[in-house]
Amino acid sequence: MSTRSPLSAKRRVLEIRATCQAAIRAFFRQRGFLEVETPVRIAAPALENHLDAEPSGTHYLRTSPELQMKQLLGAGYERIVQMGPCFRQREQGHWHRPEYTMLEWYRAQADYHDILADTRALLPAVCRAVHGTAVLSWGGRSLALDGEWTVHRVGELYRQWAGWDPVVDFDADRFDLDWVEYIAPALAEAATPVIVTDYPAAVAALARCKPDEPQVAERWELFIGGVELANAYSELTDPEEQRQRFAACTDERKQAGRTVYPLDEAFLQALHDGLPPCGGIALGVDRLVMLLADVPHIDDVNAF
Amino acid sequence: MYSASDLRKGLKIEIDGAPCVITDFQFVKPGKGQALYRCKIKNLITGSTVDKTYRAVEKIDKPNLEERELIYSYPDGEQFVFMDNSTYEQIHIGTDVLGNQRWFLVEDMEVNILFHNNRPIEVTLPFFIERTIAETEPGARGDTATNVMKPAKLDNGYEIQVPLFINEGDRVRIDTRTGKYADRVSKGF
Repeated sequence: MSTRSPLSAKRRVLEIRATCQAAIRAFFRQRGFLEVETPVRIAAPALENHLDAEPSGTHYLRTSPELQMKQLLGAGYERIVQMGPCFRQREQGHWHRPEYTMLEWYRAQADYHDILADTRALLPAVCRAVHGTAVLSWGGRSLALDGEWTVHRVGELYRQWAGWDPVVDFDADRFDLDWVEYIAPALAEAATPVIVTDYPAAVAALARCKPDEPQVAERWELFIGGVELANAYSELTDPEEQRQRFAACTDERKQAGRTVYPLDEAFLQALHDGLPPCGGIALGVDRLVMLLADVPHIDDVNAF
Repeated sequence: MYSASDLRKGLKIEIDGAPCVITDFQFVKPGKGQALYRCKIKNLITGSTVDKTYRAVEKIDKPNLEERELIYSYPDGEQFVFMDNSTYEQIHIGTDVLGNQRWFLVEDMEVNILFHNNRPIEVTLPFFIERTIAETEPGARGDTATNVMKPAKLDNGYEIQVPLFINEGDRVRIDTRTGKYADRVSKGF
């Protein structure tokens, strides 16, 4: 259920939102990132099994700016950041809105470890800008953002809480259900930020697989107080593997009766021309503001 | 049939032939995963609660439910008889469905009854009823504090907690949702 309050009652949260966004921009500017704006309407959204794009005339509204951001990396922009609206069809709930604000940043000559270092510096800085301390008050709990962050490998989590290892033998349906029923509730109790890392290659999406452990993708997700806040990759730069993954996804989407989007040939060409090794991340700004403002519904952190 | 996307808090569904209500609902989508619908579901007959997660493609049974307004007539052993004023049909409902509500039935009272496949499963009484206190220790005169309670028996034998100033013969109002004393309507003598 929505906990929509009248507009005038949202001032506190809207001020936190504005301070949060200003702090994010200042953080990246100080670190030499170039803030960019890529098109919101695109012809070819990234093909992923469970992401549906909102049609907009002959185009689609972007589900993420990643394909354009990576073309910029290929063109030699080494540190880029973007904060803006993204759209996902039919996603609505306490933590989801069909239109929401995403923060994405990318680094050339870097991987998901470097992105983690950025994230561990960014979140305390934003929390300090809003509250004057790096300790978050969330649902009656205190969570220190500048202290220890707990790291769990996906395989370990599933073995401990669900009794099987998706890295050894992947089952997509069970992977999602067991996550929601066993693992997410366990992570929600953690007293520190939690990094879940080394996902099975089957859910690598646009992440690179580990050179010495190809069944595992260099991908992590961040959870704070049980809230899924960000998803990071060492980006896949191999054009052939990327084309294969898009093709596999096209087949899966066709079978599931979902819209199949055209391939973004400009993106594939950029991979072909050579992308530097790079890392990137997508972080849900609305959810970050929910944590900062200690409110339970994503509608609470949006004016409308 | 309902689709998973129809699910919401308060919706009544059927699971394995049993009528249920969704008491808590959350849309979830674990990173890069499928859309899932987390529900807390209460069985309307047994009262037991389970957690259940539905996938977007799943279909959920719709229960055959009907709400009727009936008039309470009289007790008949362990059963209580309700009348449909338009058809004069008499319906017997047992204590298994009524529970403590049986103590708050008043002759000619209008009640709302939920039927599942024509079987009564839930009775909704008016929020407040009045009854007379049959038995209680004498009250302290002038003590109008409402936070100190003592036991009392209603004229039908049901025991409740009342404030100290309530005496035998007093008429009191009872909240049927909680089964608790609400206030005094009039003094007995």
